[in-house]
Amino acid sequence: MASAVRPAPAELAEQVAAEQRRRGLLRGPATRIGGLWLLLALVVVAAGLSVAVGTRAVDLGTVWHALTDSSATGDDVVVIRELRVPRTVLGILVGLSLGVAGALMQGHTRNPLGDPGLLGVAAGASAAVVGAIFLLGITTPSGYVWFAFLGALLGSVAVFLIGSSGRGGATPVSLALAGAALSALLYALIRTVLITDQQTLDSFRFWVVGSLAGRDSAVAWQVLPFVVVGLVLAMVNAPALNLLGMGEDVARGLGQHVLLARVTGITAITLLTGAATAACGPIGFVGLVVPHIARAITGPDHRWLVPYSGLLGVVLLLVADVVGRVVVRPGELQVGIVLALVGAPFFIALVRRRRLVAL
Amino acid sequence: MTSTITTRGPGVRTDRRRTVRVGPFSGVVRTRQLLLPVVALVVLVLVSAVSLGRGDYPIGLGDVLRTLVGLGDPTQQFIVTELRAPRIVVGVLVGLALGLSGALIQTFARNPLASPDTLGINAGASAAAVGVIVLGGGSGAAAGLLGGLGLPLAALLGGLLVALLIFALAWRGGVDGYRLVLVGVGLSAVGFALVDWLLTRSDITEAAAATVWLTGSLNARTWDQAWPLGLALAVLLPVALALSRQLGVLQFGDDTARALGVRVGATQAVVVLVSVALAAAAVAAAGPVQFVALVVPQVAVRLAGGSRPPLLASALLGAVLVVGADLLARTVLPVALPVGIVTAVVGAPYLLWLLVRGRRSITA
Repeated sequence: MASAVRPAPAELAEQVAAEQRRRGLLRGPATRIGGLWLLLALVVVAAGLSVAVGTRAVDLGTVWHALTDSSATGDDVVVIRELRVPRTVLGILVGLSLGVAGALMQGHTRNPLGDPGLLGVAAGASAAVVGAIFLLGITTPSGYVWFAFLGALLGSVAVFLIGSSGRGGATPVSLALAGAALSALLYALIRTVLITDQQTLDSFRFWVVGSLAGRDSAVAWQVLPFVVVGLVLAMVNAPALNLLGMGEDVARGLGQHVLLARVTGITAITLLTGAATAACGPIGFVGLVVPHIARAITGPDHRWLVPYSGLLGVVLLLVADVVGRVVVRPGELQVGIVLALVGAPFFIALVRRRRLVAL
Repeated sequence: MTSTITTRGPGVRTDRRRTVRVGPFSGVVRTRQLLLPVVALVVLVLVSAVSLGRGDYPIGLGDVLRTLVGLGDPTQQFIVTELRAPRIVVGVLVGLALGLSGALIQTFARNPLASPDTLGINAGASAAAVGVIVLGGGSGAAAGLLGGLGLPLAALLGGLLVALLIFALAWRGGVDGYRLVLVGVGLSAVGFALVDWLLTRSDITEAAAATVWLTGSLNARTWDQAWPLGLALAVLLPVALALSRQLGVLQFGDDTARALGVRVGATQAVVVLVSVALAAAAVAAAGPVQFVALVVPQVAVRLAGGSRPPLLASALLGAVLVVGADLLARTVLPVALPVGIVTAVVGAPYLLWLLVRGRRSITA
């Protein structure tokens, strides 16, 4: 056993100062747990908004009535129970999935551009949906779910196999490159179909924007098991990500099974983004933005980063969905569009203002 | 510039490199890096000549070459120089511009995923162009606009505007590659969200026309598209090549580069501006031919060796990819597909194969 080399005192002080800069806004377990409770409260507020606000004006009394009194009837009650509550539930699931998957993805690739879409998930799902529309004539969102999920699964498995088959194994760079290459290939095939067949384009263009609208409550139940398993795997994976962040060799030296951690992480990312994409179409911005915000709050410790990212994802998605319902009444702006329009300036402001917390 | 001895993999094996000494000067001769541009140029000329000969009225390779030096008969002269040459020339120029642009931006950002695509130029150009197609009136007007100057100009302005915005937003007493890429990703998301939204709002025939443009195509390109792009390249290519040495030094990090006498801020600004202008000009001419700027520098660095994408080789290989893909699209496939589809279908598996077979990971 080699003994660790002790740094000189001046060097040590410098390291401590650098470490403190990296730690983020909230330090210490107590404040961070407090922060989680605050976020949970924000989630409740956002969910409340999502149920109460919409194209059809429903007063708060009726909303409360519809939620608590099972004997309530009327058009408003139907709107709340059949449309807004399932939509909100779906929003929570999808936001949670995308936020957590984004944190894992950036942790595994150690790339600030590590969007879950990079693993070929969105491209795989899109290709499968185009295939379903073009070959089988399926045109409803709930009809797409299994195809999208299967496509997402195949896409990310293919990327992982290709990325890890080189001599260096599954390095972050090779994974990201494999994902980019496979995505480009799949999008080329998708474009081929879209150019030659207008009817497919007509259905596909409404799926690909990413929306929570028009999904019945069955969709949430269909994707729920995958989300739950994905979240559990993500929490299991979080401590390992902290070790992997120091480099694979160090992680191995500290007793971490690197391949096991990678496989767990990729599985969780696949399940979560696959479920989210299957439910609403590709929604890009959450997985990219949220981990950066979370990292600014908690610093790089993934045991905190993962839950914070999940809850922030929910808040972001629900608020964006509500905004989309309000801004262009009586129509609606799809949540994917709103996220880009609202999320991007926020993201850019964050990138500009803060010293970016290093990965 | 770089160390003369590198170790590869387990078991130390030194790379024997030829050195040349002339008086007090000495340097390393990297055969592959010198040969690659030459080979690429030869392949490019051959592919272009073959492409000029192919079509509804086939012309032999010899006749094509004779026509190019002004000795062909009038019919062949007309077909080659007026009908086919603009398309090929636009293809070559677009490939050169995209390959070079990608190599510059990947070297600068030290990120293999950085390309004009991720920097928002394509997003801005696409949003502007689709806006012109969708909002520019009915389907007839859109079809008229596709051939006219309105669309390329809109795309050029859209691309440059977004790029400028990105540069301005990323500027904080200097441009950090990391910040630039992140801002670019943010604005790209906005651009493509706008495109998706416009597509859901539009008439289906307009959406179809927009989809073709979004794929990148060389159909019906004339000398009108070739001249501006050619001028842009004539100015920017020498600038880029002149920056080659500074780019190499920048690989060591900003502080080291500064210590070695490179004006870091100015160099970075010029690199980014050149890359952006090249990409925007290419997009204006042919639409976003995706994947060329992303994959070609990575292919070039793997073929040539070295630590970063070689500039000239990347440009030439980009041209080979675009012209070759266009040739494939016109001759082999049963349906005439836009060139953008073929560049991806040909380029992507090649990158995948290189990754699978890959000897080592490349970080820049």
